Amino acid sequence: MAIEVRIPTILRTHTGGNKTVTGSGDTLAALVDDIDGQHPGIKGRLVTDEGKLHRFVNVYVNDEDVRFTGALDTALKDGDSVTILPAVAGG
Amino acid sequence: MLRIDRASYDAIVAHARRDHPDEACGVVAGPEGSDRPERFIPMLNAARSPTFYEFDSADLLKLYREMDDRDEVPVVVYHSHTATEAYPSRTDISYASEPFAHYVLVSTREHGDQTGLVGDDVELRSFRIVDGVVTEEDVDVVESYLFGHSPTTVVYD
Repeated sequence: MAIEVRIPTILRTHTGGNKTVTGSGDTLAALVDDIDGQHPGIKGRLVTDEGKLHRFVNVYVNDEDVRFTGALDTALKDGDSVTILPAVAGG
Repeated sequence: MLRIDRASYDAIVAHARRDHPDEACGVVAGPEGSDRPERFIPMLNAARSPTFYEFDSADLLKLYREMDDRDEVPVVVYHSHTATEAYPSRTDISYASEPFAHYVLVSTREHGDQTGLVGDDVELRSFRIVDGVVTEEDVDVVESYLFGHSPTTVVYD
């Protein structure tokens, strides 16, 4: 099972500058654990201490924002493409 | 320093004035590594608020895919403040996630038919926001990026 994950500029310090990494997992939570194993620290940038996705990061599976598909429980299958983008927002 | 062409500068200011009293937001994309803002892309403020802005999540994905396909990056990320100075707020700093972008702020607090400031001055300032640290930078408005560069090669027959 291989899922491509697109990494935004600000998180590339964790991936040695790579724009994409590959991981596996049946759910988004499992995928995040898997890529955190390969690139330590990335999970803390995505998931809060309470185990929820950070408010200021958007994660998409294919074209869908996971906020609408079950967040970290979103199911993944082989060939899915995951995109991480920081929210562009402010006050 | 932010070096920006007059057309992009004017487009940012016009967008900020048009959306007042809500905050306006958008990017000016440019070729990766060029630090040259070329393609003005106004975005919808999904928050439609005088005190907050946020790119719609579907629009955000579309924007980044498009920039990726064109080998572009967001050289400028701009938004307006409608009641306060053109300086990053605490919320702006906590959300800032493009360490290589110029964060441009426009204040429309003196907004009227024109700005209301002497000489219709525009309150537009530019900042780097990296790891929570704000650094203001000069803004150099040029008529065209062609000037001040090496001349393009001219081939004579």
